[in-house]
Amino acid sequence: MARSIKKGPYVDPKLMRKIERMNRAGDRRPMKTWSRRSMIMPEFVGHTMGIHNGKQHISVFITENMVGHRLGEFSPTRTFRRHGSHTDKTVSLK
Amino acid sequence: MPRVLGVDIPGRKRIEYALRYIYGIGPTTSAEILAKAKVDPAKKADDLTSDELRVLIEVIQGGYRVEGDLRREVTSNIRRLISVGSYRGIRHRRGLPVRGQRTSTNARTRKGPRRTVGAVRGKEARAAVKK
Repeated sequence: MARSIKKGPYVDPKLMRKIERMNRAGDRRPMKTWSRRSMIMPEFVGHTMGIHNGKQHISVFITENMVGHRLGEFSPTRTFRRHGSHTDKTVSLK
Repeated sequence: MPRVLGVDIPGRKRIEYALRYIYGIGPTTSAEILAKAKVDPAKKADDLTSDELRVLIEVIQGGYRVEGDLRREVTSNIRRLISVGSYRGIRHRRGLPVRGQRTSTNARTRKGPRRTVGAVRGKEARAAVKK
């Protein structure tokens, strides 16, 4: 179910404060965050954010088109390693 | 057979159902449009006067996105998801279900006909031996 409009978009307050501080300082340095659930606000555009995927911070450059999505959507948590058995032997045979 | 919006030729049915042959018009929108146009939903599509048809077309054009426009909007939305590199875009690119459904079984609508994989090693090793 979608979030109630009354509440407005969710952004980690701490993250929001940090972005605002950086915007005032004109700081565009990459930052790390664990807050995958935060909605991308227009203020985020132009920043490079390291979004945690449970293991590493994936760095994502935020563009205008991403506004309204959540940070986690850009940092995949799963890796797909193809099906079937692929040993060194079979790969070299190809 | 009356033509509504160029290509669509709804059949010998009540107009409330005939309208639904247009891409982008379902039960709800159909009822809405008829109410706005003040056309009797029970009337057969063939029996509509040209006046009623005109009003219907006006209502649809003034506030509903249908057919080509709607299709274009949908594909452009998908293209945006893909270009922006979001999870949903990746699922679209790979032709897998987008909304978190299981893929271990089922998901055949997105994945298409079954392609069996597995036991790659055996087959390839055998082919290599023959050569």
